[in-house]
Amino acid sequence: MSAHQQPLSAGPGIAARTLHGFLRFREASIVVVAILLIIYFEISNSNFITNANLQTLSQFISAPVIIACGEIMLLICGEIDLSVGMVFAIAPFIMYFCATSLGLPIIIAMLIALAVAGCIGLINGFITVKLRVPSFVTTLGTLFLINGLTLTISKGFPVDTPGSPAFAKIMGAAGYAEIIWAVIIVAIMHVVLRNTRWGLHTIAVGGNVLAAAESGINVPKIKIGNFVLTSVLGAFAGIVEAYRIGSTDPLAGGTNMMFLAVAASVIGGTSLMGGSGTIIGGLVGGLVLGVLQDGFTIDGINAYTFDMIIGGAILIAMVFNIHVARLRRAGRKL
Amino acid sequence: MSQAAIGLPPATGPEALRAENIVKRFGAVTALNGVSLYLKPGEMLGILGDNGAGKSTLIKILTGFQSPTSGTMTVDGKQVALKSVDHARALGIECVYQDLALIPGLSIYHNMFLNREPLRPWPFRLLDNKSMRRRAVEALEDIGVNIPSVDEEVAMLSGGQRQAVAIARAVYSNARILLLDEPLAAMGARESGLILDLIDRLKKRGDLSLIMIAHNYAQTLEVCDRVMLFQHGEVTFQAKSAETSVPELLEVVKRNYKIVRGA
Repeated sequence: MSAHQQPLSAGPGIAARTLHGFLRFREASIVVVAILLIIYFEISNSNFITNANLQTLSQFISAPVIIACGEIMLLICGEIDLSVGMVFAIAPFIMYFCATSLGLPIIIAMLIALAVAGCIGLINGFITVKLRVPSFVTTLGTLFLINGLTLTISKGFPVDTPGSPAFAKIMGAAGYAEIIWAVIIVAIMHVVLRNTRWGLHTIAVGGNVLAAAESGINVPKIKIGNFVLTSVLGAFAGIVEAYRIGSTDPLAGGTNMMFLAVAASVIGGTSLMGGSGTIIGGLVGGLVLGVLQDGFTIDGINAYTFDMIIGGAILIAMVFNIHVARLRRAGRKL
Repeated sequence: MSQAAIGLPPATGPEALRAENIVKRFGAVTALNGVSLYLKPGEMLGILGDNGAGKSTLIKILTGFQSPTSGTMTVDGKQVALKSVDHARALGIECVYQDLALIPGLSIYHNMFLNREPLRPWPFRLLDNKSMRRRAVEALEDIGVNIPSVDEEVAMLSGGQRQAVAIARAVYSNARILLLDEPLAAMGARESGLILDLIDRLKKRGDLSLIMIAHNYAQTLEVCDRVMLFQHGEVTFQAKSAETSVPELLEVVKRNYKIVRGA
């Protein structure tokens, strides 16, 4: 620890003070990781920073980042949602059936899909908070349940995502539409977490649930509300993704999407133990995952070794992240 | 029943708080067996006793967290039956619990305003962090607590600083009767010195009446105007701090242990 502190406390110059100022931000450590990765891939492959590749990269990270915005809120208040990847898959199907079988306008169909997702969140929250089943188990149950439901109603076949081309473009088909949605949601959720009573009480519930209750915070309301939020964001991400691809796939999302969102959250500095986390960190965490995946792909890494490299890279990024976080704390003390 | 009378006052002058013959039973267990006490405005009362003597049960009753099985309470001369913690707070009774009820991941000023946050005007109703920060600085300065920055997360604070923040929060919420549950527990000599100084300043304000629950006889005699001894759910001794001493308190404790053993 002292070995890390020494160079910081020794330098009173402008550079050192700038470094301190930067390290004071929670997200500082993961931003450093992201920048180093981008530099590495740009040096190793000249195709990395090109319009086409940035578009690919943005499309890869958008959905996990949108979901991470909800998952971060849940993790902060001490819960987790494993089922959100399945909500991601079922939501565009609900929209599809409302638009085609019921003939509803596409906007209404989409709102119904989001509302159904909200109900799934409500069920997750109710079982967890009121019936006292740990959220890991509750959402493990609903994960399988929703997946079965999606496969049943779709009969396992993909369908064309409904709606006019203009609507599709806005919702995700246009090149950067998906990442714009993601950034808008990140911006809103950042303000919600940092600047509203809801965000403050979410941190309070995860940080010390007894103290939160003693100060009069409605703990069940906060927890159930964040389950609803996560499901709705999962559904929205699923719909946006369905518009980008143009096809609604019953096998989209799933546990892979959920783990990407949780990984983005945790890499971004959100504690799995609850009580702390950042939305911006989730965005940068998603970026790191995307850069790793995309960078190694254009470097032409063999698909078989790919997961090994991704796994190792995640571990190295996390070790680096945690140690820069220690530097940050040392910086704060000054 | 003679013990029940020990905590009772000479009936003169105004009182901030009075409890008479408080009994609390949990099934067959009698936690409080006819406890009486009074607290004069601006006075500081120390309650001493071992674990299991009934101190925490008394706190829970005085803060409205639990209702007594029988007995009466008056606040500012008016008889009240505390219905809830909020009810007690509305009457100006605040308690700084041993666990301090702070959120480690939040800043000092957010902790001080938890669930009482001022909001900016319509349309967005965002947190008014500026006002919270300013008022937190004022509140801490007001009671003479020196903390580097109110932006600091509570997780980064020492035990003594956390205690000071918890006390500042209680004082700031217009407490008139402040209960301190073991404010010096698990604290080093330097830190407990700082908290004793803080308590001293609170006493000098004159608008607060304080009850301190503690283990340490010498410290309690030093800081409190009056002390009571709690044993097996009863008050076994009471005296002005100036008129008693640690040896005398220990003597009383020993005598009453013998009575219990003999019975």
